[in-house]
Amino acid sequence: MRIALFVFSLSLAASGLVHAQEAARPAPSTLTRPKGDAQPVDSRGFIHRWFVLEPVPVAGRLTEPAVKEALKLAALPETAQPSDGAKVTINGTEHAWHALDTLNYNLNLYHFAWSLSKPTSNVLFWVETAIDAPREMQNVRLAIGSNAASRWWLNGEPVIALNDDRQSVIDDGVSRRVTLRKGRNVIRAAIINGGGATDFCARFLDENDRPLVGLNSRL
Amino acid sequence: MLQKILWLLTASFALPALALDGEVIVHDPSTIVFHDGRYYTYGTGAGLPILTSEDGWTWKRAGSLMSAVPGGKAGPEVLAKGGNNTWAPDVIKVGDQFFVYYSAPGTQPKSAIGLLVCPTLSPEAPGYKCEDRGPVVWSDGVEDSNAIDPGVLLDPDGRLWLVYGSYFGYIRLVELDPKTGLRRDPNRKPVNVAINSEAAILLHREGWYYLLVTHGSCCQGANSTYNIRMGRSRKVTGPYLDNMGVDMIEGGGKLFAASRGRHIGPGHFGLLDLGDGVQKFSLHYEADLDRGGVSVLDIRPLLWRDGWPVAGDNLVAGAYSIESARTGTVLELAVQGSPVGGFRQRRGGPPGSSIVASGPPTSGPPPEGAPFVPQIGPPIADQEPAQVAANWPTVTGVRLAPAMLQAQQKWIIAPVAGVGGYPGAPYFRITVAGTERSLTATQGGELEASSFTGAPEQLWRIDQLVDGTYRISPKSVPDSTATWALSAVGSSTPTLSKFDPASDRQRWLLGAP
Repeated sequence: MRIALFVFSLSLAASGLVHAQEAARPAPSTLTRPKGDAQPVDSRGFIHRWFVLEPVPVAGRLTEPAVKEALKLAALPETAQPSDGAKVTINGTEHAWHALDTLNYNLNLYHFAWSLSKPTSNVLFWVETAIDAPREMQNVRLAIGSNAASRWWLNGEPVIALNDDRQSVIDDGVSRRVTLRKGRNVIRAAIINGGGATDFCARFLDENDRPLVGLNSRL
Repeated sequence: MLQKILWLLTASFALPALALDGEVIVHDPSTIVFHDGRYYTYGTGAGLPILTSEDGWTWKRAGSLMSAVPGGKAGPEVLAKGGNNTWAPDVIKVGDQFFVYYSAPGTQPKSAIGLLVCPTLSPEAPGYKCEDRGPVVWSDGVEDSNAIDPGVLLDPDGRLWLVYGSYFGYIRLVELDPKTGLRRDPNRKPVNVAINSEAAILLHREGWYYLLVTHGSCCQGANSTYNIRMGRSRKVTGPYLDNMGVDMIEGGGKLFAASRGRHIGPGHFGLLDLGDGVQKFSLHYEADLDRGGVSVLDIRPLLWRDGWPVAGDNLVAGAYSIESARTGTVLELAVQGSPVGGFRQRRGGPPGSSIVASGPPTSGPPPEGAPFVPQIGPPIADQEPAQVAANWPTVTGVRLAPAMLQAQQKWIIAPVAGVGGYPGAPYFRITVAGTERSLTATQGGELEASSFTGAPEQLWRIDQLVDGTYRISPKSVPDSTATWALSAVGSSTPTLSKFDPASDRQRWLLGAP
């Protein structure tokens, strides 16, 4: 019964019925505003600094065709360049970018959306960051976990596609061997959630599948 | 169902029911040695017949070893101590020379074991010539020994040991001099370590010495009861106890390999350590029923379990699930799957819930007040590729996903004829059942599934590792000379990478889909 009530309350939150009556919600305890120009990846290689766009409502189904449909429905304007507070219009609704540092290895999108009184279910989150590589690095891999389905691009090239309802597991999806160019490398992702918790994590692995450290994320 | 039968027929048609390929008739094969790009083994027969192979799968006869010995036969001392037969040799490389120990029985149990020392085993090499160093051990025909069937071990301390004997009396152990190959102390009495057996040989692993011998009767074709048994000891001199604590000198011996299927009478174990945690063993079957009941060579995986060697089996063609030991997820085409039996809700829930109680899907809620009676439904048929593959691309990626018996997760592993192989097995193709989409290595060491052409990047070597899992390696990767193995990088991503025997990343479980 507790589960049923929880699901019911989630449904209400997702539908937005309760939003109008609520006071501003507290900021998520795991997310902070970025300080400083660059944020090093942590000792396990996880990237902590991201732009996150407020969630875009989609059908929330997670099969491969459904994810493709969601990406069409929630497509970012080609000119959209994230900056903190900048807004983009998708399907007639404005969505703001938020620059965030996560204190954990993962970024909790549920906390992010909930704190803004935005829906957490049946939504697509766009996220983006840039990684500064001190030199060209060949044969590395982008490795991510996402709840739930996700699509990932590195410097504009699609590198990871995960479908179906899934939890955010470290290194769940791993790209083919890619080359990080010296300087700025842009990672963009779309995370699609059906219901419940939603989060993601990302890092690079070296040619021996060990975490790549010594990188900085810079928005 | 018809299509399923056709897959199985296709797979079965290509099934190599034979042990190895080519000219594999041999009896009492020696330990297989890899030298100068070839595998060699020697057997019982005139002059010690040579079997050789470039890949360990296809073998051919190549004359006899005694042709490399001046005079073409055993020396006079060997003939005097034993007789004019050449049987059951064993070979080992020590330093830069090969020691070949061979049986030279007269009227058994009067017999001798002679030693040939060869700088090379390659008949084409300039220095191909073996020196006869005379008898190493012998039996006089009265004592409790029949000095044939040598087996040699160079232990981790660099000490060289010889076990020998055949049924009459004891299996005996003597120490050899690694420099000469002859007995280290000829005056020292041999140590008796087992009885009622022959074809003895020693292994060493993790502080244990293992004595493997062959029990039963040989040389009666399909009526032979040959079987390989073993005991172990912390000391090379024994006692060698089996798994029940019975000393092999009192007839003990844990079974290692017995007749199975159409291969009757396994005997004459020989270790073939391929490195990187891959061990195999050679043996002969007294009768291969698929080859008219002749005695043939085979090479099989060697596994280890609970401190004992276990005889593995070479992979046979069939439908398999390929599961990563790292992740527990299975290899599949990167296509949208469909649940087996189609989309449906869980059955057996209470009335009023969205879970229907029984029978075929119904529309609307159950009748008001209807009693909740969960019922077992009819069996759901396996998913056929034709049901779901219509929209699959011809070339797809591959990935790892939870096993759900879906069509894109069911792989037919079948040998490919005429493309060679590796010790014990031919190369295989790995193809999604009911389709032509075959696992393919791509440039840079990645993977896709594409139509089978027989290209080297679509041929796979499948070695069973000592823990029973499998290493799966492409014959080659385009534009690469490196050695690659199928690897799970993360939970959902297969790739190719260098094999690391200490990691689960490249270990795979092959089971029923």
